[in-house]
Amino acid sequence: MERNLALIALFAALIAALGLIPKFTLAFGIPITAQSLGVMLCGTVLGSKRGALAVLLFLLLVALGLPLLAGGRGGLGLFVSPTAGFLIGFPVAAFVTGLIVEKWRTAPLPLVAGVASVVGGIIVLYVFGIIGFAIVMEKSIVESTLVMGAFLPGDGIKAVLAGFITAALAKARPKSVLSRA
Amino acid sequence: MISLTSPVETWAHRWPAGLKLGSLCLATVVLFSQESLSFHALVFAACLVLYCLPGARFFTSGMKRLVALWPFVGLVLIWHVVIGAQVEGLIVTLRLLSAVAMANLVTMTTKLSQMIDVIRWLSAPLRAFGLNTRALEIGIALVVRFTPALIDKGGQLAQSWSARSHKKPSWRIVMPFTVLAIDDAEHVADALKARGGL
Repeated sequence: MERNLALIALFAALIAALGLIPKFTLAFGIPITAQSLGVMLCGTVLGSKRGALAVLLFLLLVALGLPLLAGGRGGLGLFVSPTAGFLIGFPVAAFVTGLIVEKWRTAPLPLVAGVASVVGGIIVLYVFGIIGFAIVMEKSIVESTLVMGAFLPGDGIKAVLAGFITAALAKARPKSVLSRA
Repeated sequence: MISLTSPVETWAHRWPAGLKLGSLCLATVVLFSQESLSFHALVFAACLVLYCLPGARFFTSGMKRLVALWPFVGLVLIWHVVIGAQVEGLIVTLRLLSAVAMANLVTMTTKLSQMIDVIRWLSAPLRAFGLNTRALEIGIALVVRFTPALIDKGGQLAQSWSARSHKKPSWRIVMPFTVLAIDDAEHVADALKARGGL
């Protein structure tokens, strides 16, 4: 119990710390940061439930007013902004990513974690992100998808990284990769 | 840890946090149910007045956060001008600005401790079902404590990378960074157990 709580809290802090790795902003102001890599890692390392809890804890602190999102952003305003869908999708993305790593054990871990990050951290996350953008900006789903499509290449790279990092962690700290414990 | 609460003490700082959060929910629902331009113009003007009341310093820091929305505002306005629906464009823009402005106002006037009290109050019914909400409170404290500690470690890793390479530290430090975080988590888990556990 203590170990689970400590890992959940540490990964929540890890998402925040990864937000500080220098970002580059693409068009329309959505910063490309390592933060969504943190969300993918929560799923691939901690597994479905603990990964989702870590992301929820992170979002709770953002909502409470701590500037933990990339660029020192935070507070309740983010949850009604055009990118709110991504925030709401974060825990679901971590859950789905973790679930795939937990269930699919026949292939090598880097491949499984990479594919899981694509499905959870990109496909699932973008479904939420696009719907959120469409609601707040009163755009159609197709228009919103076109706008958001610009960020896909960056996220693809992050999914590949999540796969390699998870596999390296499984070698360095096998007991801590709870998704395969 | 620095929170986004404004250091400028306003009358709203003294209001109960639960009341502010409840009114914010209600106001956001009303905002998204209205479709008239005059209503949204009026609400946004009212938001600006609220930001003005505590003084220039409060107004500037509040506006700084709203200005961050410019890419979206620009996109919506250009789009609606192109398709010839300027009024709808203005409504969407004003609603977005007012919704974010009101939510930021609650964040700026409510201390972290008051927010955590609201969470404690909201999670009270869970205790009746036998759930351990102490874990949530300790979790919040741990994240608040560990974020700066991890940022510090990340900085040290980046420094030692720079000492060895002429290239900028890149994603390559994420792996050792995660190992450091996991090792810390194991130590903290032992320390929590040693102090009686959850």
